[in-house]
Amino acid sequence: MNLLLKGGRVVDPFRKADGVGYLMIENGKIAGSGRELHRAGKGGGKGAPPDMEVLDLRGKIVVPGLIDMHTHLREPGFEYKETIASGSEAAVSGGFTSIACMPNTNPVNDNRSVTEFIRRKSAECGLANVYPIATISRKSEGKRLSEFWDLKDAGAVGFSDDGKPVMNAALMRRALEYASSLSMPIIAHCEDRNLSADGMMHEGFVSTEIGLPGIPGVAEDVMVARDILLAEFTGAPLHIAHVSTAGAVRLIREAKARGVRVTAETAPHYFTLTDEAVRTFDTATKVYPPLRGAEDRAAIREGLRDGTIDVIASDHAPHARTDKEVEFDYAASGLTGLETSLALSLRLVEEGILTLPDLIEKMTVNAARILRIPKGTLADGADADITVIDPEREWTVDRELFRSRGKNTPFHNWTLKGKAVLTIVGGGIRCRDC
Amino acid sequence: MKLNRKDILGIQELSVEEINLILDTADSFIEISTREIKKVPTLRGKTIINLFYEASTRTRTSFEIAGKRLSADTINISASTSSVVKGETLIDTAKNLEAMNPDVIVIRHSAAGAPHMLAGLLRQSIINAGDGAHEHPTQALLDMMTIRAKKGGIAGLKVAIVGDIAHSRVARSNIHGLTKMGAAVFVAGPATMIPRDIEKMGVVVHTRIEEAIREADIIMMLRIQTEREKQNLFPSLREYAQYFSLNRKNIGLARKDVLVMHPGPMNRGVEISPDIADGPHSIILDQVTNGVAVRMALLYLLTGGNS
Repeated sequence: MNLLLKGGRVVDPFRKADGVGYLMIENGKIAGSGRELHRAGKGGGKGAPPDMEVLDLRGKIVVPGLIDMHTHLREPGFEYKETIASGSEAAVSGGFTSIACMPNTNPVNDNRSVTEFIRRKSAECGLANVYPIATISRKSEGKRLSEFWDLKDAGAVGFSDDGKPVMNAALMRRALEYASSLSMPIIAHCEDRNLSADGMMHEGFVSTEIGLPGIPGVAEDVMVARDILLAEFTGAPLHIAHVSTAGAVRLIREAKARGVRVTAETAPHYFTLTDEAVRTFDTATKVYPPLRGAEDRAAIREGLRDGTIDVIASDHAPHARTDKEVEFDYAASGLTGLETSLALSLRLVEEGILTLPDLIEKMTVNAARILRIPKGTLADGADADITVIDPEREWTVDRELFRSRGKNTPFHNWTLKGKAVLTIVGGGIRCRDC
Repeated sequence: MKLNRKDILGIQELSVEEINLILDTADSFIEISTREIKKVPTLRGKTIINLFYEASTRTRTSFEIAGKRLSADTINISASTSSVVKGETLIDTAKNLEAMNPDVIVIRHSAAGAPHMLAGLLRQSIINAGDGAHEHPTQALLDMMTIRAKKGGIAGLKVAIVGDIAHSRVARSNIHGLTKMGAAVFVAGPATMIPRDIEKMGVVVHTRIEEAIREADIIMMLRIQTEREKQNLFPSLREYAQYFSLNRKNIGLARKDVLVMHPGPMNRGVEISPDIADGPHSIILDQVTNGVAVRMALLYLLTGGNS
């Protein structure tokens, strides 16, 4: 099916384009765009070709399909939490056309078979593009490297022992070196396990008052510092996942200034909530890294504003009710994010922290560059992955309406503004008025 | 006056008026325990369940005696004998108990927030008998009752709390209560046992016991758990006893009429020397006696009684 999207504000940070205009889609590719249709060759000045569906998108924003480079799809192994199918539905419902999924499945994605399984399953779903991230170490045990070349050939786009920090600095060094020879990023979950120990929330005044064991910010900072030094030493590219602390932002900013090849992401909950949210003992607020203090949240926002933080990724971590309806101590950590990420991020624009093009850049092309996937632009010839956003749409988060199996969100009943209303993947409409 | 709340989860959310109401009511119950027949019919027909997920002798017995002296039916459930060992969740256990229509559920749990979870789910009154390192409201209430009885009031007193503040729910509840009631609270312990930003709770922090107890009216010693040594919170019990115990030597820094308290169980010779624990300043057993009265007061007020 061919499509003509007209009348919307087309924002494509990759081309530094931003203006009201049209976008034409033919055979799954972008076939042209511009301010007025008659200037396009294909339109011939007579408007849309007859076989095209024309969508009037006045008042809407048309952007490259959003990319979430940090999700957990739980399959294989934890299908009761999420499946590749339900996670893909959640993705397109939230406006995401491409997602990368972390390898902490069962079995973990440390081999070609699992990577191929994820690729095949997601292709069968035919919704979002799913890019597997494979482990750094076999079984994510932090001892021996996974087969990076074979995993890359199978379709993996990066390596991470997400959730299990690589405590052995020598292993991290070799992982960075080996991955750089493949032009593949290492995605670091920065947490010193000895410092975080049995912590369950940010260590600060709130943890002191409510008596939950704390995870100090420095547990993240020391590992960010170490991994930056290793990236500097090896010259290899390093991507730091889910940055949550002021210290990490400062370290990354300084590293970038001296030319280290480091990129970073944060998640909406880190620039939206603080540890105050944990006071109710709501297990939906239990997440690693934990919701931090107000000064950390301020630093994350500043890091987004000044470009220290390149990417917004949701760290979508769906869990079943049984994993969360227990004492805070025993609750699984993580929150579901694909269906709230965009609206929470749009608040940054509303609050003047980011311009809309800057925000879209952090949710599209920056992630594509880090993962080296051919996505994130509306340039002619690109895959027609497009997200249409209604910036004025107010809606109330209802976790029961999530497409994700994970209903674990601390944003239940929040009223948010802005929503994906059309998600197009490869030229096909995957979610309309979602 | 009535206590206008369903649950007692912590001291943090109690007002000064509510604390005074509870302490006044407790004062009036003290006498019952001194009678030859230590029983009044006040709570006849009421059912109280003590749901203990953590070992406890003092608190559980105290709640049981409190209920029985008011003629309530009391049932004790401890984690080792309940369906917890079969893998039932806390919520399911609690809902099953709710279905049997008790009036009050007293819960102790190693996880902070566990009583709060039940309070939101069950129609019964919940009393927190200690949740993790969060709160132990009945302990703080019995401590305040004891101080008030011995000193005639709480406002203006200097209270030192010494030991592992970071892991102590007794310290947290007492800090909330004592500062609300107008006492000046000083805490002391090795820096490893002082939680971050504790001064924002309105206390003065010291890392030497001598500084904290100087001119103190009340000294509260906290139990040192030996497993903290493995976490490197202190090098050895030997060193801790040498530098952080309350003993005949350093107690002289406090006021002559200082009172010494301990929530128990004590490690004699570690945080407190035996001669101090048994000496003239000690009101440790008064605390235990008053604990029964405070718990009687709470059971009475939560089931609809007037002061």
